[in-house]
Amino acid sequence: MTGTASPPATDLGAATPRARRRPRIDPARWRDLSLVPVILVLGVIGFIVSPAFLTQDNLIGVVQQSTELGLLVLGEALVLISGRMDLSLESTIGLAPVVALWLVMPAHGGRFAGLALFPAWTAIPLCLAVGAAVGATNGLLILGLRVNGFIATLGMLTMLRGLQVGLSEGQSIGNVPESFAYLGKADWLGVPAAVWICLALFALGGAALGYLRHGRALYAIGGNPEAARAAGIRVDRLTWAVLTLAGVLAAFAGILYTGHYGAVSASQGNGWIFQVFAAAVIGGISLKGGHGTLFGALTGVLTLQLVINVMTLGGVPPLWTQFLNGAIIIVALVISRFTSGEKQD
Amino acid sequence: MTAHEPAAVHAEGIVKRYGPTVALDGARLTVRPAEAHALVGRNGAGKSTLVSVLTGLTRPDAGRVTFAGRPAPRWGDPAAWQRTVACVHQKSMTVPGLTVAENLFLGRLPGGRTLRWGALRARAGELLAEYGVTVDPGARIRELGVEQRQFVEIARALSQGARLIVLDEPTARLDAAGIDRLFGKLRALRDQGVAFLFISHHLTEVYELCDTVTVLRDARPVLTAPVPDLPRNELVAAMTGEEPGAARRPRPAARTTGAPVLRTEGLALHGRFGPLDLTVRAGEVVGLAGATASGTTAIGETLAGLRAPDAGRISVRGRPVRTGSVPHALAAGIGYVPEDRHREGLVPGRSVAENATLTVADQLGPLGTVLPSRTRAFARRMISELDIRTTGPGQPVSGLSGGNQQKVVIARALARRPAVLVAVRPTNGVDVRSKEALLGVVRQVADGGSGALIVSDELDDLRVCDRVLAVFHGRVTAHFPRGWRDHDLVAAMEGLAGDRTDEWPAGDGTDERPAGHGADDPHGTEGTAP
Repeated sequence: MTGTASPPATDLGAATPRARRRPRIDPARWRDLSLVPVILVLGVIGFIVSPAFLTQDNLIGVVQQSTELGLLVLGEALVLISGRMDLSLESTIGLAPVVALWLVMPAHGGRFAGLALFPAWTAIPLCLAVGAAVGATNGLLILGLRVNGFIATLGMLTMLRGLQVGLSEGQSIGNVPESFAYLGKADWLGVPAAVWICLALFALGGAALGYLRHGRALYAIGGNPEAARAAGIRVDRLTWAVLTLAGVLAAFAGILYTGHYGAVSASQGNGWIFQVFAAAVIGGISLKGGHGTLFGALTGVLTLQLVINVMTLGGVPPLWTQFLNGAIIIVALVISRFTSGEKQD
Repeated sequence: MTAHEPAAVHAEGIVKRYGPTVALDGARLTVRPAEAHALVGRNGAGKSTLVSVLTGLTRPDAGRVTFAGRPAPRWGDPAAWQRTVACVHQKSMTVPGLTVAENLFLGRLPGGRTLRWGALRARAGELLAEYGVTVDPGARIRELGVEQRQFVEIARALSQGARLIVLDEPTARLDAAGIDRLFGKLRALRDQGVAFLFISHHLTEVYELCDTVTVLRDARPVLTAPVPDLPRNELVAAMTGEEPGAARRPRPAARTTGAPVLRTEGLALHGRFGPLDLTVRAGEVVGLAGATASGTTAIGETLAGLRAPDAGRISVRGRPVRTGSVPHALAAGIGYVPEDRHREGLVPGRSVAENATLTVADQLGPLGTVLPSRTRAFARRMISELDIRTTGPGQPVSGLSGGNQQKVVIARALARRPAVLVAVRPTNGVDVRSKEALLGVVRQVADGGSGALIVSDELDDLRVCDRVLAVFHGRVTAHFPRGWRDHDLVAAMEGLAGDRTDEWPAGDGTDERPAGHGADDPHGTEGTAP
């Protein structure tokens, strides 16, 4: 035992009774639900603030707006659980659609001159491929060259944003191909398709983390990469895959966002990474890796979006929303730290 | 001892509770001036808590501490505590990026607002010379070895006026030569009137250095006695609370061993170890003895696939293993217990079940899935087989005691039922009782028809081995069959193998003599080429 002043742990020889008590309810299972009461309270506040809150249109709007952010959080959560960070996701969401459209849009006729290299239907696969390429490049920098991941992806963030501005000449791109816009604007069973897709991806991701060998391995990699390596887990290969997957998810979020608004704006995703991290950490994902669940991350996203919605409905002056947004993220962080009972570091 | 001189530190009736856990229950301790006092006890006995009470890091719930007859400094006045008592932790409390001189005067730099580097270095040089420490005051701490850092810490403590130094496992990261130098220095300081409180898991060191020993068990002091008069088995008995003699069972002398399970041919890693030919047979435990820097750890890591060798082959049960790949080593049947469970063994935040099944995740469900029910069942089996004390498979490993954490690491290594278990310092930092349990597990693995290779410099670890190869500077220098004498093995580990006259000539590695436990068991060539 070293110089820590921790209470002595139960020891091998200590006279602990070997009797197995019935397993009590594991507090770790409830940690995922720690934001659920917060969401309920927000619902009540919203109901009091405005009668428009509890309408189908409003709630669907909130959920729809959560989808793009949610997909970024999904990607970031996977990266964070593996003990890494990727700041460039917020640029990928804008860049990937722009590059895809640049490759497929006709050279003449529209405001935006593309290359028309590929048929229009390839826009979605191209967009996802760009996301994968960005993620793989991050992997090359972080794992191949072993540079600092935070700064490397910060550099990527700036560089990719610049690339997007350069390609789109700083303008929004409208008239996107129908196939590209479909997923973002379609309704399935009265609910936006994006919501179904987002939920399905979260469920898929959650199942993979919980029940797949490679998913479980991410927790080991994030918790102690050396131990994971000594246990035969291919740490670098898996981390690379996760970074690439996060890029693909960000690109997919870009597709949904573009379809939703019918155009790629030049500032698409600008400044989102702050909210992405906030949602992930509020949702119980550890920035040090190895901890957290996707369900928690999803509740984090919903919490943030509900707060914004309630503020809007409550008539907060637009000039004050930025201040309140930051303040509320800090408050939510503090609340989730105490409801989960865990230090966030 | 002089009766009229007050004790360097006197503590009595110290009680400390952490919630329902009683960490200290009426602890008392007296260290006289110029005395080297050992504080021993198993993990969780309360040593660390007592140390933090004595160094002002923890406030006791009850009890009284006096230093040199005066009451202890006010709680929460670190400067006053530092002038009274100093603690050299396992973990260095120096700032690696600053120079030795700056570290010596950290927080109390002489002069006014501006720093005069020349004067500072000169004063630091004087101070170091005063305590006989030969370190360049201008060197940065990170350029120094562990031992020199400790000297700097001790010199800093003494220069602040402390006359009592607490050494918390100072030898954990030193090799034997470093330990000798440290002990030499400590003896010299003791002759100058400095008192030491020495905490160690190594009873040999207690006997070598200390005058008096206090044993803590279950938060209470159970024994304080002069070291030279105390038989070793009584000391162990006081620590474990068992009758002496029960601990060591005689082992059956000869064992039948089977076919080779692990064989290396010309395995070499530049700068770490030379060409190594090694054979481990089914049913035997082979020891690879070597000091910290001897390259034995690198041999273990190479076998486990964590390092790629420059040359040579590894085969398990006659089949070649792809080197430098952990998944291939695992699949071939090499189970690995890493040297440092905190660094490479455990994922601290995850559960016992997850940690124990890390290596078998592919066997816990179809199509790459991991079924929680199978994981738990697997973990329960491991918990009962290895007798891991835990509240259940879901408990995070960080909540277990050191010995039980180590068992989880071993469970992970055994999960695939390996053909050979490679364990590097398997009893690192665990208490006496856990040590025996862990070594018993290794023995059982061999008895169950696998082979085991223990890489260690601890004689207790090596004692369970059927034969031991001593490694010095990356080369096997001597072979010992069962029944070796401590002195001979230690000498061989320190590169003094030539001293031995009762054995065959000190191995240069090319010797063809059987090295095992009986002439009927030829092992062929084994060792390293010169």
